[in-house]
Amino acid sequence: MRSSDLYTRKFHVSEFLAEKLIAATAFLSFAVIILIFVFVFREALPIFSSSEPATHDEAVQEEVETYGEEALGEASQLRAAEEKERRAGSIEHVEGNASLRNLLSTDWQPVSGEPKFGLLPLIVGSLKVSLIAILLAAPLAILAALYTSTFAPKRVKEILKPAIEILAGFPSVVIGFFALIVLATFVQDLFGTMYRLNAFVGGVALSLAVIPIVYTIAEDAIAAVPKSMTEASLALGATSWQTALFVTLPAATPGIFAAVLLGVGRAFGETMIVLMATGNAALMTFNVTDPVRTMSATIGAEMAEVVFGDTHYNVLFLIGSILFIFTFTLNAVAEFYIRRRLLRKFRGG
Amino acid sequence: MRNAPWLGTLTVVGSGAAALTIILLVVVVMANILIGGWDTLSWEFLSAAPTEGMTAGGVFPAIVGTFLRVILMSIVGVPIGAITAIYLSEYASQRSIFARFIRFAVNTLAGVPAIVFGLFGLGFFIQFVGGGMDRAFGDGVELRWAQPNLLWASLTMALMTLPVVIVSVEEAMRNVPRELREASLALGASRWQTVYKVVLPNSITGLLTGGVLAVSRGAGEVAPILFTGAAYFLPHLPNSLSDQFMELGYHIYVMSTQSPDVEATMGIQYATTLVLLLLTFSLNFAAVYLRYRMRKRAIA
Repeated sequence: MRSSDLYTRKFHVSEFLAEKLIAATAFLSFAVIILIFVFVFREALPIFSSSEPATHDEAVQEEVETYGEEALGEASQLRAAEEKERRAGSIEHVEGNASLRNLLSTDWQPVSGEPKFGLLPLIVGSLKVSLIAILLAAPLAILAALYTSTFAPKRVKEILKPAIEILAGFPSVVIGFFALIVLATFVQDLFGTMYRLNAFVGGVALSLAVIPIVYTIAEDAIAAVPKSMTEASLALGATSWQTALFVTLPAATPGIFAAVLLGVGRAFGETMIVLMATGNAALMTFNVTDPVRTMSATIGAEMAEVVFGDTHYNVLFLIGSILFIFTFTLNAVAEFYIRRRLLRKFRGG
Repeated sequence: MRNAPWLGTLTVVGSGAAALTIILLVVVVMANILIGGWDTLSWEFLSAAPTEGMTAGGVFPAIVGTFLRVILMSIVGVPIGAITAIYLSEYASQRSIFARFIRFAVNTLAGVPAIVFGLFGLGFFIQFVGGGMDRAFGDGVELRWAQPNLLWASLTMALMTLPVVIVSVEEAMRNVPRELREASLALGASRWQTVYKVVLPNSITGLLTGGVLAVSRGAGEVAPILFTGAAYFLPHLPNSLSDQFMELGYHIYVMSTQSPDVEATMGIQYATTLVLLLLTFSLNFAAVYLRYRMRKRAIA
């Protein structure tokens, strides 16, 4: 009697412990997200907290001096005012401060005598390359997904699916290498672009990494369209392509939209491919054949050489925070679309 | 328009062409790297260290570095991932808010860019944990842990590949028939006993698949280790957790972008890429095979 009592009690304790331990370990994933949030933002914070008042003092102090210098020259009053403002701005850079004006400027020159931390060219760069990538990848991947689930003969399916898996398995550094060595030369020979490495080459290379994601999720969405819908369409006399185009595709739209969003997220955050294939010049242009420097590539290229705790260091973390927020939002929206819309649509709500 | 035959042709031909384009792209990239790297690839290339300022010799230290990193990563990441999967599949009720939080976290984790993991590794592991360890155990002068090294790179990678393991193991556990669990519980086994003796042995292939996929993903990813541990060139192999290491993917990146004479080392670059590609392929292939076996058994 006693021993069985003991057994039951010990038994319960271990059961209880096992459950709590497992739950605690599972909680780790959630904790990691919080930690990423905290630690990436924490290192970016000094930009906002410490620099502002100091910058102001510096600027005011320098204004006087600037007037003095300006008086020696013979610039017009208007010109002087402009110059003063510019100088005041540049003084902040000397101090290595990242004021809001500096961050929103159009120059990214973090290691010059007057460091400039303008994020705009980097943001434009990321958007440009991601846009090219998704414009190339999305139609290809969605059409291929439609093809696999509706028209493809079994044999083609057996080639296409492994091909996609292989593509998904390519390490990004391999795609970057291919783009750098082969694709860049090919594109230059074909279009005669001025720069060998440019936004277009980066975008094309990036689309290779985006295709598998868009394809996989789009195909899932298409496969999730209830058979009753397609069968009803076919029974009403529609041909298979009419069913695919006017029944399956519209029904799978939310899932396909989510696929594209996740593809954009992948493109935006991808580092190695753009680091190797885009030329990495922080130019503020909208020309697709100019070299471009993306946010992720900037972190990848510069973080190893930066002094800890330096403004440059903090700004790179700020860029990381922006990347994190952006991809986080895209994922959340995509998930919302996959889960809610798809379910509601198929349940007829 | 909905009856126009040309639209039908266009749909079928267009989507077929898209599929064909993707297949062609994959073939072109693979063929290019295979042809470019085949001549240089040899036993000596795999087993020798780089010589003459990395313009000759092999990639042995990079292979060792990749290998060590991946092993350490799995030792940490696979158990955590598996236990999380056990929780999600066996313990959590589908409606519990806690479980939904964790599911959301896993999905989010899968979408965080690799470079952000690198930043996290730098800010959390190197600066915060490593810095703390140095303050606690160090002599206050020499940095031992508060700098990029093998341990921090592996841990960063483990966190990054966590979702891969979780998703794979959870799928395997869902494939274990409900009747097995019920039979076990009916015989008086407790929940943990059921998990440990019935569910886990039956989803061991899923666990393997998850581990292999995580290793494949981890072996190919370079962005998180750019500043958490990889080194350009080291004269010796790493012999402690606080050493830096050479790495295949990083080697490719450095050789193709920062070497003074890229043309001269083209053969080495291609061969290194081929080695990395073969490594990830064989791993992926193993995963696909395991998953295939698992699904076949689930149906049977």
